[in-house]
Amino acid sequence: MANVQQRQTTTPPAGRISIGHLLQTNGTSVRLLVIVIALFVLFSLLRPDAFPTFRNIQSMAFQASEIGILAIAVAITMLTGGIDLSINSTANLTAVLSALILTYVGPSSPALAMVLAIGAALIIGPICGAFNGFLVAYVGIPPILATLGTLTLYQGIGTVITKGAAIFGIPEFQWLGNGEIAGIPFPFIAFLAIAAVVGIILSRTKYGFEVYLLGTNPVASRFSGINNRSVLMRTYILSGLLSALAGLIILGRTNAARVDFGESYVLLAIMICVLGGINPAGGLGRIFGVVLAMIALQFLSTGMNMALFTSSGANFFKEAAWGATLLIVLLVEYFSNRQRQRRISEK
Amino acid sequence: MATLRRLLARQEVIIALTIIILSIFIGLVNPSFFSIPNVFRILRSGIIVGMFAMGVLIVLISGGIDVSFPAIAVSAMYITVVFIRDTGIDSLVLSFVVAGLIGLALGLFNAFFIALFKLPTLIVTLGTLSLFRGLLLFFVGSQRIRIAEVSPVLSDLSRGNLITIDNPAGGVANLHIAFVFLVVLAVIVWLLLRYTMLGRAIYAMGGDLEAAERVGFNVRRTQFFIYGFVGLVAGITGIVYCSLSREADPFSIVGIELDVIAAVVLGGASIMGGRGTVVGTLLGVLLITLISSSLVLLGISSDWQRFVVGILIIIGTSIPVLQLRQRQRTQSAAQAV
Repeated sequence: MANVQQRQTTTPPAGRISIGHLLQTNGTSVRLLVIVIALFVLFSLLRPDAFPTFRNIQSMAFQASEIGILAIAVAITMLTGGIDLSINSTANLTAVLSALILTYVGPSSPALAMVLAIGAALIIGPICGAFNGFLVAYVGIPPILATLGTLTLYQGIGTVITKGAAIFGIPEFQWLGNGEIAGIPFPFIAFLAIAAVVGIILSRTKYGFEVYLLGTNPVASRFSGINNRSVLMRTYILSGLLSALAGLIILGRTNAARVDFGESYVLLAIMICVLGGINPAGGLGRIFGVVLAMIALQFLSTGMNMALFTSSGANFFKEAAWGATLLIVLLVEYFSNRQRQRRISEK
Repeated sequence: MATLRRLLARQEVIIALTIIILSIFIGLVNPSFFSIPNVFRILRSGIIVGMFAMGVLIVLISGGIDVSFPAIAVSAMYITVVFIRDTGIDSLVLSFVVAGLIGLALGLFNAFFIALFKLPTLIVTLGTLSLFRGLLLFFVGSQRIRIAEVSPVLSDLSRGNLITIDNPAGGVANLHIAFVFLVVLAVIVWLLLRYTMLGRAIYAMGGDLEAAERVGFNVRRTQFFIYGFVGLVAGITGIVYCSLSREADPFSIVGIELDVIAAVVLGGASIMGGRGTVVGTLLGVLLITLISSSLVLLGISSDWQRFVVGILIIIGTSIPVLQLRQRQRTQSAAQAV
């Protein structure tokens, strides 16, 4: 209910809505930027020998990219007021099918196999997304349930195909997961490119405007002539496509495809979105925030590892630190929202 | 005809029919399905999901969602077992009390964020899921503990049987004693939802939070109860889990959350809140357990399990939505006349 009130008081009149969004979410971006810099300085002081080195920054960029792409996939669905829990299943299903194509066609004609594998990924991802979109927009199932169902279903399809086993030894995709251009990891370039494209789509196109409006108020968006169903369909298809790209990168980086790879990625991606200022109720947030949140979380994970020395214990502490960070950010947002509301009502 | 249609409009009836038809089908293909040992085996494998489901049901009815309960369960379980190991105090009642209290405390921690700051329940519990498990693994330990080595009492519980029947095919068929916990818990939740003001408050909140507040329900206090209760149930389920699996593994349980939520939703509880019953939830748990444990009897590889469950969730969640739309259409048609 607090959300409704907040919208009534802070949403500017239509026409100026994008400027309003920018002003509203800039607070989050600035805060995140401060956190990112603070974390970098903190860990650089704690481990000046290891943290601020080129090697470390490069390895952090490798690790963060696939989860960052998945987070963007979740973010766009969250902006419409929905969610996509099936991202990781879609990524793994894509990786499995591409890996199969590479293992069967690869030996005879590597080039053809490569084209087929990428082509398959670019088709399978959007199909998975379209099915999600169909369930959400046309059947009317709440997104969290629809994608909980498809999470299980896509994983199930992958399990039936692979009989639950991992597919190993796909050297053709190494460049995608482990390659670098001028020292910058290829996955990270892909991530930045995706973030930029999605960011521009959301802030500069008619579709992007419709996503924000739908997320802010679906009834208002319908009455202003927007085809809500079509917007939802396109959003979930895009989410599926991004998941498939993450799947290809995972395939390249790990040199293997497994249906149950990275089960914690779903929750992590949602966490990154919320940290990045994407409102789970829809309509608020920017991709830039998601990028910053991802960098902050990666600094936190790697920095913890280095500061605590022990490798296994630090992993667990990292998990706790993620959770604590999320809760603290939620509280900070809560209090800053309340302050803003008070200021507005004083006016 | 009208009564039949009304019956079929209930998700419980549809799920029950599905279970019956599926059972007959499995039984025809493989007669050993209807043997008592097999029935006991299915009931046993439903205990843990069933107990968790009772907590999740209450949260869903109230319009929230909790994904942190497996982390609460594993924390309560592991800390309690470590407590028994380090103090040497091996008492069944005490271990349940300790686990229950740890669960309750962690549940109230969730409630603190949800009730006082009105933060989204999915996001809060997502955060506490990481937090609880991370703290457990970092501060308490990450080693597996065999129950038989530290607690003879819990070890006895793991071998306890409620019913022992001579199996005509040889040997005996046992129903595990932990089944009692599920039954007792289900009865408590059923009474709570059906006959208490608290139960009314939970349904009212799920229907419309603001309306519930305006008619005078104390939403904040009810939320403290709900998430505290889920924590308590999770803590106790954690102890039952380690006694069933005969070891306390700090990496176990987490990961079960989506399966449990799926079972509850399949049983007719709405994630939008305001709807859901104990009977429906138990049927949902039974259906999922049945499928997980009986595909092999049908000669189908267990690889198909996730696939079938996924299809079931999608169908199970479509039905109520489509029914609602049908009803609205009939209503507006009636109004037009």
